[in-house]
Amino acid sequence: MQNPYLPYPVRIDEIITETEDKNLKTFKFVFLNKEDEEKFAYRSGQFAELSVTGKGEIPIGIASSPTEKGFVKFTVNKVGLVSTFLHNMKVGDIMGIRGPLGNSYPWEMLEKGKNVVIIGGGFAFTTLRSSIVYMLDPTNRPKFGDIHVIYGARSPGMLLYRDELAKWEARSDINVHITVDGTDDPGWKYNVGFVPAITEKKAPPADENTYAIICGPPVMIKFTQPVLDKQGYGHHNIIMSLENRMKCGIGICGHCNVGKEFVCKDGPVFTLAQLNRMPREY
Amino acid sequence: MTDARHAVRKTGRHQAKANRQLLYKRVESMKVVKIDKKKWDQGLAALKGVYRIFSPVKMKDAFEFKALEENENPDLGGLNTRLSAKGLIYPQTEAMFTYTLDESREDHHIMSPVETDYSPRAVIGLRPCDADAFLLVQRNFDTPQYKDPYWIDAYEATTIVGLACENPCSTCFCTSAGSGPFNETGLDVLMVETKDGYILKSVTPKGESLIAASGWNDEISPEEAQKQIEPLKTAAEQKISSVVETDQLKNKDAMTIYNAPFWDDVAFACINCGTCTFVCPTCWCFDIQDETHKTEGVRMRNWDSCMFPLFTLHGSGHNPRGEKVQRVRQRFMHKLKYYVDKYNDGIQCVGCGRCVRACPVNIDIRKVCSLMNQPENATCAAQS
Amino acid sequence: MLGYIDKIREIGERLFTDGKVDVVIGFAKGSMPMMNEPMMARSSGDLQKMVWDGNCGINLANYLTNRKEKIGIVAKGCDSRNIVTHIIENKIKRDQLYIIGVPCKGMIDRRAISKAVPGEVTEVIETRDSIRVKGRDFDETFDRGDVLQKNCAVCLHRNPVIYDELVADPVVEQTGIDRYEDVRKIDSLSTEEKWRFFDDLLSPCVRCYACRNACPLCYCPTCFVDESKPQWVGKGIDDIDIKTFHFLRAYHCAGRCTDCGSCERSCPVGINMRVLTKKLEMDCKDLFDWEAGLTLDKRPPLDTYRPDDPNNFIK
Repeated sequence: MQNPYLPYPVRIDEIITETEDKNLKTFKFVFLNKEDEEKFAYRSGQFAELSVTGKGEIPIGIASSPTEKGFVKFTVNKVGLVSTFLHNMKVGDIMGIRGPLGNSYPWEMLEKGKNVVIIGGGFAFTTLRSSIVYMLDPTNRPKFGDIHVIYGARSPGMLLYRDELAKWEARSDINVHITVDGTDDPGWKYNVGFVPAITEKKAPPADENTYAIICGPPVMIKFTQPVLDKQGYGHHNIIMSLENRMKCGIGICGHCNVGKEFVCKDGPVFTLAQLNRMPREY
Repeated sequence: MTDARHAVRKTGRHQAKANRQLLYKRVESMKVVKIDKKKWDQGLAALKGVYRIFSPVKMKDAFEFKALEENENPDLGGLNTRLSAKGLIYPQTEAMFTYTLDESREDHHIMSPVETDYSPRAVIGLRPCDADAFLLVQRNFDTPQYKDPYWIDAYEATTIVGLACENPCSTCFCTSAGSGPFNETGLDVLMVETKDGYILKSVTPKGESLIAASGWNDEISPEEAQKQIEPLKTAAEQKISSVVETDQLKNKDAMTIYNAPFWDDVAFACINCGTCTFVCPTCWCFDIQDETHKTEGVRMRNWDSCMFPLFTLHGSGHNPRGEKVQRVRQRFMHKLKYYVDKYNDGIQCVGCGRCVRACPVNIDIRKVCSLMNQPENATCAAQS
Repeated sequence: MLGYIDKIREIGERLFTDGKVDVVIGFAKGSMPMMNEPMMARSSGDLQKMVWDGNCGINLANYLTNRKEKIGIVAKGCDSRNIVTHIIENKIKRDQLYIIGVPCKGMIDRRAISKAVPGEVTEVIETRDSIRVKGRDFDETFDRGDVLQKNCAVCLHRNPVIYDELVADPVVEQTGIDRYEDVRKIDSLSTEEKWRFFDDLLSPCVRCYACRNACPLCYCPTCFVDESKPQWVGKGIDDIDIKTFHFLRAYHCAGRCTDCGSCERSCPVGINMRVLTKKLEMDCKDLFDWEAGLTLDKRPPLDTYRPDDPNNFIK
């Protein structure tokens, strides 16, 4: 019987400070045992428990894409005991990863030529980055229709993955709309405005083959959803990823329970149609 | 942290694995033996040679399960134990892994499995409701996708000798909750007290092995046993005075019950302690914690409770169930509706009545269940 | 005491009619013998569900913390002292409250009764001076004085110390009571004996926190046992962690505890943690001549500082 609580040992291979407030760092991990990397076969939208030995575990969405081999990447916001400790760790330190956990974005369905609109805000862009890299992989790109990305942050310095964003923006096989709430940078060449407003302007028209994937802070979701409603997006076509306090990550410990679902195991990805029938306890 | 609490024992894991194939099969021809009270001690001594025995023992003012010492006997005369038998399979605090932070050690910062003693154990004298609870909880710990090795190994190492309940409490409602005072589901052996001793009826191969190991061999026919047991069973069932209706829970929409008007009144008295969840045989939630002393540590799990605000608190400070009424509702919704919807096989409650007796402020699941069963009849007057 | 309920309802009704309160907090009849359930009446109709008898041992001041409404509250002596403490500690405002004072003759110790009879208690008939209990095979009567909660037996403030109206004439206060016999007995033990005593006292604890949560004093938004940055106490059932919780909680209640007994009454495993709070209560009496919750006009000793404090450690 495999112990689902046992993390795979990993080494921190690289640490990148992502944002100007230094609260977001991306950690690149390499598995100590090569065979563990194969066992850790994942899909975009899944998460893992990062196990900081002696401090505990935190559930974090996987930011790398299954198409990127040899490492896994996570972008971690400094909030609690474990993430604060992790932020102070160094390249070469040993810790653990447990997963992959949860469902994922519905790739099997989306890969049947669907149009995908990714709407992200702030630091909730990690599994969306994974998804974009995955979809843009040359073997995968033909499986999708049009791809739109609307991504915003408070300021240019708070955007994640800025280099990659610039590269995607320049491509013709993906429509990227970067926005910030405000900036005094005269050289800023992208949008200024909140994500809901940019969505209203840039999101493609709704049809049954177009799916919106939304990840962001509650306030962004609150104001983006009416925009999509107005544009005619059906609630089965709106896909969201939830967060809740989690411990086990495998639907056993009970912490993330909402209605009859466990966010960790039955989610974290749900359609808005599903969420409409669940208590708003997330 | 004392060493004794987290003692690492190193035997018996393979034994549990060997037992696994035998599980879940009920025997067709049940073996039944009669025990004269004079032969009780002898058989118990024999069993102690094969199993670690856990039984109710009177400690201070209450009956609790404990591992029997060499010369210790079970106290089978009490009403139900104060805490359920849950902790025998799923201890309140349980080591999951050990680790070292000492970087001179090759495996530093890497979790090592804990070797726990899963040699054969037998629980003698637990009530059928507690045994049934293991089966409800099993759905959570032993799933098609993930197996909780700690719970499964402990459960599989355990042979359950259930004592038929001839004197149910006034708070017992097992017959409404899909169990019953003589219920055999979840038992390996049913033990019935008679005028001059006990009748032991094996229900599974594990039970058969236990009876064989005991040396109690005064076999009687199943028909004869049934003749003696049946009137006792009927008498016991008639003593159960609490009847709780659960029939509508399945049909009602979850959000209708969730939004019913009675929750504020149900929750008012609640002090949000963990008593109901900790005494409950079917509450399974846990927390995971690392505890380090100098460079050595244990990753452990502890019972947790959905009654505690911390249970759902996000790192950001947001708390999806920050209000007391939300937490009270969660506990009852989980047991009486979400579980019903998820597994389509009744409520996550065996009717043992412990939460009713232990709640410091008398919140009574029987009343709440009735409200939930008929939410359309409910007004705000939940306390009438 | 049994006749109080008519008066409680009458006052409550008047308060609702006059618009003086939004709610009235009291007790509803419990679903089990010797148990009542705290309740909140939102209209005069709800008052019919209220009861008053010897099973109202939970301290209702606990239900006032940070409430915003105008509240009528039924208060026996200890509840009223905790209301005073709540007001002093800014957990509720005096002018939000209409205190319906209940002179109290002590609450029934349900555990003592259950222990004294040979089976499960299924019916209790309470009269002024006696408690008759029945079960499947027994029918026994106790003098009320013999089955009081332990804190009630040594209570010196049965009458409310603060109220807007009393439901009856004050009862005679007990005199000649030695409140601290049990504490002095523990004080006299050797260090090792004390440790064994505490081991035995706290060994059944399951850390459900019923004692803490039933206590009107324990209103911290995050209790020290739940704190993770830094984590002061381990979360398991290690005996040192359990003792740390109980000892520290008692210290947090020093000079504030009224010995209402809610902690002990609530404990599902019958721990008498009152011996810890009483030790500190005794010290506050000895050192500062202080009893908690008797007056709104004086700060409690542990939240004041005087330059002439006789102890050097504080300077």
